[in-house]
Order: sequence, then structure tokens, then C-alpha cells
Amino acid sequence: MKTLYRGYLAGPIITALWSVTIVITVAVALSLGTGIPLRPSNLVSLLAGALVGLAFPLLRRPILVAAGATVLFALLTVSGIGPINFREETGSVTALLFGGVAGAAVSFSAARIIGDLPFGGMDRHEFENCVLRFLIGFGFVVFTAAVLIPFGVMVATSLKSQQELLQNPLDYSIDLSKGWDLLRSYRELFVDFNFGSYLWTSFYVSVVTVFVTLLFSVPGAYAVARLRFAGQKQFSQSILLIYMVPMIVLALPIYMAFSVAGLRNSILGIILIYPVTTIPVALYILQGYFRGIPVEIEEAGLMDGLGRLSVIRRITLPLCLPALASVSLYVFMIAWNEFLLAFMLLDDPSKFTLTRGVAMLNSSEIPRQHLMAGAVIASVPVLALFMGLERFLTRGLTAGSVKG
Amino acid sequence: MPTIAPPKNAKPLQKQEARLAWGLLAPTVTSVALIVLLPLLAIFWISFKPVSLGDLRAPVPLANERLRGEITQPGDTATIQYRLRNSNSENQINGVTLTDTIPAGLSVSDLDPRCDLAGRQLTCEFGDWEGGHRETLELTVTAEADFADGPPDVRASTATMDGSGENVLTSLEFTFENFMTVFEARDFLSVLWATVFYTVVGTVGALVAGLFAALLLNQTFRGRGFLRGLFLFPYVAPVIAAAFTWVTLFDPFSGSANALLLQMGFSTGPINFFGERPLALIMVTVFEIWRYFPLSFLFILARMQAVDTDIFEAANMDGASPFQKFRYLLLPQLFGILSVLFLLRFIWTFNKFDDIFLLTGGNAGTRTLTVNVYEQAFAVADIGAGAAVAVVIFLCLLGFSTVYFWSLRHEEEL
Repeated sequence: MKTLYRGYLAGPIITALWSVTIVITVAVALSLGTGIPLRPSNLVSLLAGALVGLAFPLLRRPILVAAGATVLFALLTVSGIGPINFREETGSVTALLFGGVAGAAVSFSAARIIGDLPFGGMDRHEFENCVLRFLIGFGFVVFTAAVLIPFGVMVATSLKSQQELLQNPLDYSIDLSKGWDLLRSYRELFVDFNFGSYLWTSFYVSVVTVFVTLLFSVPGAYAVARLRFAGQKQFSQSILLIYMVPMIVLALPIYMAFSVAGLRNSILGIILIYPVTTIPVALYILQGYFRGIPVEIEEAGLMDGLGRLSVIRRITLPLCLPALASVSLYVFMIAWNEFLLAFMLLDDPSKFTLTRGVAMLNSSEIPRQHLMAGAVIASVPVLALFMGLERFLTRGLTAGSVKG
Repeated sequence: MPTIAPPKNAKPLQKQEARLAWGLLAPTVTSVALIVLLPLLAIFWISFKPVSLGDLRAPVPLANERLRGEITQPGDTATIQYRLRNSNSENQINGVTLTDTIPAGLSVSDLDPRCDLAGRQLTCEFGDWEGGHRETLELTVTAEADFADGPPDVRASTATMDGSGENVLTSLEFTFENFMTVFEARDFLSVLWATVFYTVVGTVGALVAGLFAALLLNQTFRGRGFLRGLFLFPYVAPVIAAAFTWVTLFDPFSGSANALLLQMGFSTGPINFFGERPLALIMVTVFEIWRYFPLSFLFILARMQAVDTDIFEAANMDGASPFQKFRYLLLPQLFGILSVLFLLRFIWTFNKFDDIFLLTGGNAGTRTLTVNVYEQAFAVADIGAGAAVAVVIFLCLLGFSTVYFWSLRHEEEL
């Protein structure tokens, strides 16, 4: 390991690996974004990266080296050797541009990673910091790509037509000249597939679920957290236990009971069952919050002549408003995203929730872009809500432990 | 001298408090009992019953009545025909009876020996019917009045049938057959293997990825809030959207992943990511890691930000290297949250159904225990076997929960 503690070894090795990572990333991004078929050449990017990695500690002029590397990558690409190879005849301006972009992306970020490396020996700190910066950069690239690519593909596919998708499944460039025609899949979903009504059903089912859940779980959580009664401890443990019973175990008897009672295929049945799946979670989160409120405040209220119920209403609940917001958002998310029960209990297309409606689109007769448009419609409200109120939701998520 | 000690018996105030507590809990307890405990008992009951999807409805006798022949003037004869059958093809109905009212103006001339006519009230007793029993009962009637305006409507009074069909679900017949079916199935070992692989690798993978992501976001930089929100997307988006996107992305023929691999020269032909053994199981597990790393990341990040920075300053003074600080200072402090997360995630991953069901439908060696419940109960239509798998899942879960509570208590003692 100690032999690596030298700038002229560590620099090239780390930059070479970094170069391969970034060139592949840039090639994938450019390929998906422009539809031009590209192929990254790992050997070339490895060698070019190593060269650049040697130049940084040798010259110790990061900006100059990075600029030089950009030119080098661009020229290599134009001459056809390049870290980026084109599978079809492409103009040299495009090649110059793509090579330059790859070169700049590699070298300017590499300057941040190994820019201050000495040419000769270095100590353990310098070396490990350098490796650490590489790992951090690598992590950012990998995680961001892993999250962005699926969601990007979802949105981009929904804007394509069947023909375009079959022609080149890699072309996700958006042709703005089509104007409103880009949103054709969405229009068809709303006009022909009744998605407006599914959206509304999902919305009010989720809102009702939130209200019913709070109505049941607030008093329950308060009792478990504050009041002394025989079996209190066992009770708070069994909440967690109940909340761990998987829905698939219960789905079978519920399906049978609902069939007998005529509640299958009705929104009422869904509204009856959803809160019960969320009450244990809400109870579990809320009792934690209630325990965190100093008991003295409530005792002061009791001393001043309030009854227990007024203490809850006038003291505890106002203090818990942020917690209630977190729980509401979390429950809304669970109800909005719920799939299994909606799938098993609803058969009549006029009563579908959004998730059930999207599941209906998964058939070989319905084109893919419709399915993806449905997925976008189902995701956007909950993601928008989440981005807007992230603070509350993350608190709900962490407190709700790990329901999933 | 009187000793001062807390009162031993429950005092009125205490009783009042307990009453209030139960009052507040009552709605929750009732609803949870109805939807969780009752189905749990039901699933145990069903798992010992030889019941399939078709047996769910108790057998009932059905009658279809019509008038054959033309009646226009007194003296005309016709036949009232009852087509009778047992709704269930397998189960017996006991003590089947039929009651009906003969329309006015018709007199019955030949009466079936099993039937009895009192005034206009017809009552027939058929005894017991086997499953799938069908027969036709005919009565010859003669017109007494003038029906020039149209024949009398025999359906004006509906024929009501009665009989006690035995429902398998309520009988006292028990069997171990369901459990035998499940355990002796040729693919039971493969189901078990898929469950263990998915649960263990999925849990550990999500934890490691979450730890890595938390380390990344534990630094301050511009756009950190945005990235944190972005990294939570896989978890917050509906499972159905995420799963279908993956299926589209990895489609063997029109998927972008295959096209990309092909174009970049990493593969030579289309790969059926969700349709090949053992690739499908790996892909499903990768999906699980992708979808749930945000959750571990959130918890670990919260814990990291609560770590006291003093020890890091002290370590800097002592010349600890970055990796040493991670290994000897940060990791030990995260051990608690990591182990709690591991146990909880383990249980939840074990319980997971939607993801695999949407990605592969349990094909290509990805059928875990939870997917097996659905497969047995609905695809094979053997509700008893499905219930038996559910019981197995529940028992495993009980075991895991015991470990979880034990370790929680253990941790408190430390």
C-alpha cells in the first residue's frame, strides 16, 4: 500500500479510473439526450486519464492541465481514436464538441480530486483524502445516475410515440417542434381512459384515509403514551407487532369477507380498509411524539381545572401540530401509493384508484408510452407534495420507523 | 408509627384514568381486531381446510320456471316447467324444498308425488341433492278461465327454493393437506432460496448503499438539499410507477438498457433481465436495494448529524487519517442504528410482495413466500394452500419479532 503513496503513481491510477467513470457517464448522457449512437472506449479513456493524472502532479498548474486535457480529448475524438467513438458517420464539429465535453468533465473534476497532489512521496493523509474524494465523486455519479435515469426514462418515454420508440429506443431527445402533440399520451389517458376520475378517486380516498386515521389514532396514541392502565406496556409493543403483519397474509380473508359482504368493488370498502392499514403506523409515530411533550404542561392544565379531553384538545394537539402534519403526509403517501388492496378488491374500471388504473395499462394491447404517462401521473402529485413539504415528510418517515 | 408507602389498590382516580384510556383506545382496538386479528384467525382456520376458490360460495338450489304450451281458452292444457339445479358442482345440499304460487285461472291436473298442493300454494320436497344435481319438474295445468288477452304469467310469483348447503369453511372437517401441498411442492426449496436471498441481500445491500449515500450527503455543499430530496425519490414514488419503469427500461426487445449495453459493446444480444434464472432474482433484489436505500440513508444521516464533533477534532489532533476516523470513530457510533435498521428492514423485506409481483409476477425463480401466497390462492385457485403459506409467513414473522424485541431490551440494558 505504501508504494502507492506517490503522486506519480496515485495520480494516474485514480485519474484513469475516474476518467473511465466519467466518459461512460457522459457517453450515456449524450447518447440518451441526442439519440446519436456512441460507444465509449474504455482503454483509450484509461490511458488518456492516466496521462492527465500524471500531468497534474508534474506541472502543478491545474487549470492549464485541465484545459490541455479538454483539447486532447477533443482531438483524440475527432481523429477517431477517441474515448468516444461514433458508430455512424458524424460531423467533425459534433465529434469535437462531444470529445471536448468529455475531456472537460473528466479533467476539471479530476483537478478537484488530485489537483494538489505532490509529484513525489506523500503522507497517508494526502493519499487517503485523495482516495476519499474519488470515492465521493464516484458515489455522486452512481447514485444520481441510478435515481435520475429511471425517472428520466419514465418522463421521456411518455412523451414519445410508438413509432419513435421502436425506431431507436435510446433516443430520448425531446422534439419541441411538436408542441402540444408531445403530451398526446396524457391527453388520451384523460380523455379515453378516464384518468381524471381515477385521479380524483385516489385523491379523496387518500384524504379520507388521513382524516379517519387521525381520528382513531390521536386518542389511541395519547392513551398509550400518557394514561396509566393495566397492560399499557404490552399494548405499545403489540402496536409494533401488528404493524409488522404483512398485508398479503390478511388480504386473503379480507378478500373473502368483502366478497361475501358485497364490499368488493366499492370505494366504501377501500375507505374502510385503508385506515386500518395506517392506524398502527400513525399510532406508533404519534405516541412517540406525545411522550416527548413535557408532562408538566398537561398537569398544569389539569390543575387549572381542564378535563383530560380538553387537555388533549387545547394543549397537546396544538403542541403537536408539526407532528400531525408529518403523520398526515406520511399516511397520505401510503394511501396514495397503495397497490395490493386496490388491485385485489377493485375490478370495475369506473371505481379504480390511480394505482389500479395504471396497473390496468400494463397490457400488451396498450402502448408503453401510455403506461409511462400513467406512471408519471401517479408519481407527480406525491413527488411534488414531497418536494414542497420535505421537512415534514422526512420527519414522518424517520419516526414511522421503516414501514415499506 | 405508620409507614408511608404508595397505595396498593387501584383508587377511584386511577380507575377513572384506566377507563378513559380504554375509551380512547376502543375505536382503534375494535377496528384493528376486525381487520387484523379476525383475518389472522381466519387464515389459520382456512389453512386447515380443503378449500379452493370455487368453494367459497355455499351451494344453493336454483330454479328456473317457465310455461310451455299455448293457453287461450278454457280447457287448454300446458305445462309449467321448473328447471332445477345445485349451484355447486361438488357439494351436497340437504332438505331441498320448492315453494311457489300457481297463477289464478289454472288448475293442476297431475301432481308430482313429491309435491303437495294446498289451495294455490305448491310445496315440493326433494330430499338431498348431490353436487351438480340437475332435474326438471313438470306440472300439467288446465285453463279454467279465458286467456284470450295473453297467457298467465307464471313468473309473477317467484319460485323460492330452500335447502341447507354445507359450506366447507364452516364444517368441522380439518386436514393437513394444505401444508403437505406447500412443503412437498417441487419448487418449495426454490421458493425458500429466493426468499432468503432476496431478504438477506436486499436488506444488507440497502443498508450499505444507504450508508454510502449518507456519507456523501453528510458534507456541506451547494445543492445538498436538492440531492437529498432527489435520493428519496425511489422510495416516495408509487411502487407501481417505479416497477413499471424498470420493466420498460429492461425490456428484452424494446428496452433502453439492452440497446445501451449493445451499443456500448458490453453485450452481444438481448438479455431478458426479468425472465432468466438467476438474473431475474438478482434484478429483483437490485430493485429492492434501489427502492429502499433512501430509507436507510435517511436514518443513518440523521444519526450521523447527531454525532458529537468533538471526538473528530480530538482525532485530528492525534493525527488520525480519514479512513481511520470512519472505521474507529464514526462506524461504532452508527452500530446501534444499523442493527435496528437491519432487523426492521429484514422483516419488511421478508414481507414484501408488491415489488416482485409487479416486476416478474414470481416467474423465473423469483417466487418468494409472499408471492407464493398469491400464486397458490389465486393463480392455482387453492385457497387452502395459499392460507397455509400465509401461516408459515406469519410464524416466521413471529420469530423475527421475538428476536427484534429481545435485542431492543438487550440494547436498553447496555
